[in-house]
Amino acid sequence: MSPVLAGVLQLLALIAALALVYVPLGNYMAGVYSSDKHWRVEKWIYKGIGANPDTEMRWPAYLRGVLAFSAVGVLFLYLLQRVQGALPGSLGFASIDPDQAFNTAASFVTNTNWQSYYGEQAMGHVVQTAGLAVQNFVSAAVGIAVAVALVRGFARARTGELGNFWADLVRGTVRILVPVAAIAAVVLVACGAIQNFSGIHEVGQFMGGSQQWNGGAVASTEAIKEVGTNGGGIFNANSAHPFENPIPFTNLFEIFLILVIPLSLTRTFGVLVGSVKQGYAILATMATIWIGFTALMMWTEFSHHGPAFEIAGGAMEGKEVRFGVGGSSIFAVATTLTSTGAVDSFHSSFTGLGGGITMLGMMLGEIAPGGVGSGLYGMLIMAIIAVFIAGLMVGRTPEYLGKKIGTREIKLAAMYILVTPALVLIFTAAAMALPTPQNSMTNSGAHGFSEILYAYTSGANNNGSAFAGLNADTQWFNTTIGLAMLLGRFVPMVFVLALAGSLAEQKPVPATAGTLRTEKPLFTGLLVGAILIITGLTYFPALALGPLAEGMAS
Amino acid sequence: MNNSLTNTARLLGAGLRALLVLTLVTGVIYPLVITGIAQGLFSDKANGSEIKADGKVVGSSLIGQSYNLPLKKGQETPDPDLKWFQGRPQNGLGSNSVNTQYKLILSGATNRSGDNEDLIQWVNDAQTAVADVNSVPGYKVERSDVPADAVTSSGSGLDPHISRDYADLQVHRVAQQNKLSVSQVQKLVNDHVEGRTLGFIGEPRVNVLELNIALKAVMAKS
Repeated sequence: MSPVLAGVLQLLALIAALALVYVPLGNYMAGVYSSDKHWRVEKWIYKGIGANPDTEMRWPAYLRGVLAFSAVGVLFLYLLQRVQGALPGSLGFASIDPDQAFNTAASFVTNTNWQSYYGEQAMGHVVQTAGLAVQNFVSAAVGIAVAVALVRGFARARTGELGNFWADLVRGTVRILVPVAAIAAVVLVACGAIQNFSGIHEVGQFMGGSQQWNGGAVASTEAIKEVGTNGGGIFNANSAHPFENPIPFTNLFEIFLILVIPLSLTRTFGVLVGSVKQGYAILATMATIWIGFTALMMWTEFSHHGPAFEIAGGAMEGKEVRFGVGGSSIFAVATTLTSTGAVDSFHSSFTGLGGGITMLGMMLGEIAPGGVGSGLYGMLIMAIIAVFIAGLMVGRTPEYLGKKIGTREIKLAAMYILVTPALVLIFTAAAMALPTPQNSMTNSGAHGFSEILYAYTSGANNNGSAFAGLNADTQWFNTTIGLAMLLGRFVPMVFVLALAGSLAEQKPVPATAGTLRTEKPLFTGLLVGAILIITGLTYFPALALGPLAEGMAS
Repeated sequence: MNNSLTNTARLLGAGLRALLVLTLVTGVIYPLVITGIAQGLFSDKANGSEIKADGKVVGSSLIGQSYNLPLKKGQETPDPDLKWFQGRPQNGLGSNSVNTQYKLILSGATNRSGDNEDLIQWVNDAQTAVADVNSVPGYKVERSDVPADAVTSSGSGLDPHISRDYADLQVHRVAQQNKLSVSQVQKLVNDHVEGRTLGFIGEPRVNVLELNIALKAVMAKS
């Protein structure tokens, strides 16, 4: 069997597995966020928090909950790293410097997991498990909570109430993320991922001498790292490291974990708004982009343009033999079209166009299928933009899911889509204009520019993967990427929740013959077009200077 | 003013309590339970899939190693020990100083792009070296015969595998160096080829450490 065929079959198997769980998981999650029963363990947790889970919140209250919880998260994680040197179970690692601790705290709380540190040389067991991995769970739960609040905005009428943030946070963690991650973690250990609390120790080698091994709660972290679309690995090599991703099956399994919640949430959305067909339309949009990008990526990686790869006879630099070009291409697209940013191969050593595809995936705003929660709300914002464009064409007031998209709604949606591009382009321009940031580049020319463009794209879109040649552990990058992550996560959330509030207050408008049927393929086509055109127009000049220039030259 | 300050404080207090409770669930109970299950059911794997030869631990079946001669005086990078099958680029077979050379305390890739001068140089050097050392009387290896994984470094820098092609390419050299027959060594390689899982997942490959352990066993017998 040729590697290309094997790659295609892996993609098909992945699609089949995702299709199999789509309905049950999507329905289950819809139940989680609409049930009025509390589990016993949840009641204990609410008692601990001191919050009444049955109090309905209007959007400002919901937003305050999100921001307060996240602010405390940043502060706690910052302090934990700052005192690491004094904590037991820290493998002898020192406390993290202030700028890097800020960057890392912002990174994990925003579901980005950008890492300017070397995992196995910086973070001990306590910070990894009780700090970073906790945010892997709760940042994901916050993302889903905000998405569910927006969905409630569509589903509810004549009320401003969006649900209770604490209940959504706790349920997402306890009923969805912990069980899925626990099953996944056991599967990963059974396949060879490590799970222990050993210190750094010497292990004998074949030729004599020894290797140094780190222990770690790797499988448990790896599981939530993928399920929560986080991406921050225990090891510097991330999911390319054999202890995180030991065999070809785990590679495919981890890609499955990355995609399973974001895709199934479209079912949850369909159920909650009372029309699973609307969910299918959103799913079709995500799947079209995802499969299209994967096909493009396989094509460019298998055809291996670029001087070094042409001499070598294949684009295997930065890729593992066990995954090959096919498995690595599928992973790279899944991780950059979601907010994951885990890598099983190093994007900086992909072909010029392949690197461009990973960047473009993030630039779409990570909505196909996007991060857990953030992908769904990002895609729904694009859907609003698409019905607005369609409305302009026929001269009707646009509506979506029975809600009018008026001036206030379209303003909020437009603000949402402006935030990340503004962050990416302004910070990239500033880094290129100043003399020192450029010293961090490993490669020169177009690829050097790509390293910096990638860094801010990854940060502002909360992805966390890197063209890792860039030395990002400088005060400039730690600070600016930290800010890009925080602003890129929470400013859009403000607009999403404000929009949700305004939709929930409306009374539904009945569908007429003139209503755009948003559950039909025509709408899916319109939505894909709107996404590609808006992103294309925004980022084309920047992409032309980086990956396109590199891809054209080779 | 005072009112909003108290409200903010109350909200942050709730946030902190929520974080602490959820830290207990996801940051303490969850990893400990998983560790318990892992150590109880899969302790070999959970501790790194250690592999033994002659009763001694010689590494992990998941982690690549180097098979080099001892460093000579004045040398910065040791020469490969040509008796043994060699893994993906490291010192000697393509002088790649960024690769972590299987020392493992820091994993990672070179992150060089396809048009990077260093990478072009490394690939060229490695290809010449691989073709050169594997050419033995009666078996000539051309540069174009060298597979891509033999001249590029992996994502982790710890790749335990090589492609089947690269293993086959080394058979004549290894046989000559160890005074074994080519068919004997080829059989070893054939026995150690792992195919794709279920016929389509991943790529066919050979685990270099396991192959060298088997080679050592054959040499001990002959």
